[in-house]
Amino acid sequence: MKKQIPLLITFVAGMVMLVQYFIPHRPFSEVYRLFNQWYLVVAVFAMILGIGNLIKIHSVRLRRRGSGWQYSIVLLCSLGVMGVAGLGWGIERGGFFDYLYWNMYYPLSSTMFALLAFFVASASYRAFRARTAEATLLLASAILVMLGRVPLGNYLWDRLPLLGDWIMSYPNMAGQRAIMIGIALGVVSTSLRIILGIERTYLAGR
Amino acid sequence: MSIVERLEKLDRRLIFVLILLAVVIPLVRPIGFKIEVSEPVQQLYEAIESLNPGSRVIISCDYDPSTMPEIYPMNQALARHCFSRDLKIVGMGLWPQGVPLGQASMEQAAEEYGKSYGVDYVNLGFKAGGIVVVSSVAENIPATYPQDYAGRPVSELPIMDGVRNFDNIELIISLSAGDPGVREWVMIGQGRYGKTVGAGVTAVSAPAFYPYLQAGQLVGMMGGMKGAAEYEILMEGTGTASRGMDAQSVAHGLIIFFILFANFFYLVGRRKMPWKR
Amino acid sequence: METIGIWLASLLTICILTFLYKDNPLYKFAEHLFVGISAAYWAAYSFHNILRPNLIQPLFIEGDLRFVVALALGIMMLMRLAPRAGWLSRWPLAFIVGTYSGYYFITYLQTNAVEQVRATLIPFVQVVSWRVFFRDPGLMTFLNAIAVPVMVIGVITGIIYFFFSREHKGVFGGLAKTGIWFLMVAFGASFGYTVMARISLLIGRMLFILRDWLGVIS
Repeated sequence: MKKQIPLLITFVAGMVMLVQYFIPHRPFSEVYRLFNQWYLVVAVFAMILGIGNLIKIHSVRLRRRGSGWQYSIVLLCSLGVMGVAGLGWGIERGGFFDYLYWNMYYPLSSTMFALLAFFVASASYRAFRARTAEATLLLASAILVMLGRVPLGNYLWDRLPLLGDWIMSYPNMAGQRAIMIGIALGVVSTSLRIILGIERTYLAGR
Repeated sequence: MSIVERLEKLDRRLIFVLILLAVVIPLVRPIGFKIEVSEPVQQLYEAIESLNPGSRVIISCDYDPSTMPEIYPMNQALARHCFSRDLKIVGMGLWPQGVPLGQASMEQAAEEYGKSYGVDYVNLGFKAGGIVVVSSVAENIPATYPQDYAGRPVSELPIMDGVRNFDNIELIISLSAGDPGVREWVMIGQGRYGKTVGAGVTAVSAPAFYPYLQAGQLVGMMGGMKGAAEYEILMEGTGTASRGMDAQSVAHGLIIFFILFANFFYLVGRRKMPWKR
Repeated sequence: METIGIWLASLLTICILTFLYKDNPLYKFAEHLFVGISAAYWAAYSFHNILRPNLIQPLFIEGDLRFVVALALGIMMLMRLAPRAGWLSRWPLAFIVGTYSGYYFITYLQTNAVEQVRATLIPFVQVVSWRVFFRDPGLMTFLNAIAVPVMVIGVITGIIYFFFSREHKGVFGGLAKTGIWFLMVAFGASFGYTVMARISLLIGRMLFILRDWLGVIS
């Protein structure tokens, strides 16, 4: 029963979504709308679960004085302060929560990803080698696109931006479309397997 | 160690310093390279130009601060364009971090064009669920968003008078940094309901959406900071994106130099030591 | 307050940038601060934008009892944190997975497969483009003339490459090899765009530091 009922739920939810696409009338449309409304709520609880798990892990680490326990204090305190600000005072513009968003969350998030610029430059120098003909073609395409997409390319040769656009619109587009079709077929087969209960890996564990 | 091997194993912190200089110097001392507008951006611009005043446009802010340098200028330019054409903006987000960013860009543009919240624009906020949210919005916007992002009932906002679902929306634009985002809007908005969908995406994801452009599933697309700069040019203004293009050019030039330089020494090394192939 | 905010943002930016030298306590502090703030941010938005209007309002204020099911499923999801009752979380998980599968089955097939094939089925020889080329021979007119054949061949050979049920030998192998070439061009273009994206993010931070904090640029 612990596995049969979830499989039944998966089947019913999946079939409702499938059937309403082709029969968008009652009762399927009503059930479809209801499932949509329920989904919005259940998805939020999945997020709350993630947050709860985070608090649990760091609380345990703090209690047991595990490796890096001091940083767990930082995490839990910042979570508490931001949480109280948001849940207690609201999320509107101009509030304390908004202030923390713009002066802490935004710079931390932006800079974390800005670091990648340095690593991509380092990787370009240290790792990117034209070892084979295919790698050389990849390199050539990358260089043409990199030059074509910045004003420097236009300055060097006025045809470079057009060449870059052509590469993006035709050979790149063809490769991306082949990948897209392959992924779509994979998604379709996996979705069908999930709905029919053949694929059950999402039920693994407790 | 030979000079070839030394150059191949250069300390990466030196590379970091060079990249930093390549970005900082052009910001402090702009060069003034000319920016050309590409076809996908032009098409998106014209899609908005073709709308009648009073038309409603959904701008879905599906991004976060980590991609702000690329997408926030797009958000600002789009808000300004919509308000300059007296279009009404229905803002929302499939990512929670995008909601305050969308609100900030709309407020800035509203101040410039004398627009009011609740009358000319609204921010419906965030809902979790990606494709489920898009489907839900397509069927019934007030049921999905009974309140705006700050908790005000949408039924009290004049902009939402008579707005029930996608039938009341003329154009959808997704400003997207990943999933959920453009793909979901195309699959449901364009694929199922036949709505016109445009996109503003990060440069990382832009190549993957060219099939949608060619198939006509996207009416136009801005890709990365360059796309934002092009839109700013079309709006006859300059902004953060245009400002950054000189630095972008120099940095690209430096990285291409790194690639060619490193490969030159690699090939020289291979010739001298053929057993290393 | 604004000045304090800018200084706070700048100091946190520098804490993260110190990672470029090596991993250090300043970076770890900023990293954990970021994770804590992110989690609370999601919690606050989840409550104000979803739980309040889409659960509390309809169920507890308007009395729509259909939402009891949503609340029950949500609470069952949280049971995953409890060691003995964790199996209850399978029900809401099954609902989420089933719903998503049902959606994606149709939409992926239509948008990412059927529509893509339809868009590829266009006249192989673009007469107008070839006329333009012969009237005004040049690099770009030539590329425009061969654009559609390049695209069609690229899509077909790219798909052939991904067909691993047959050995890539002979003519089939040759077609698959051609597909690899197109995929390499696509990956190179993706790399070029990825470099552009990363540099843009750095430009954004440097603009903040130089303009908003240090006032070196206007």
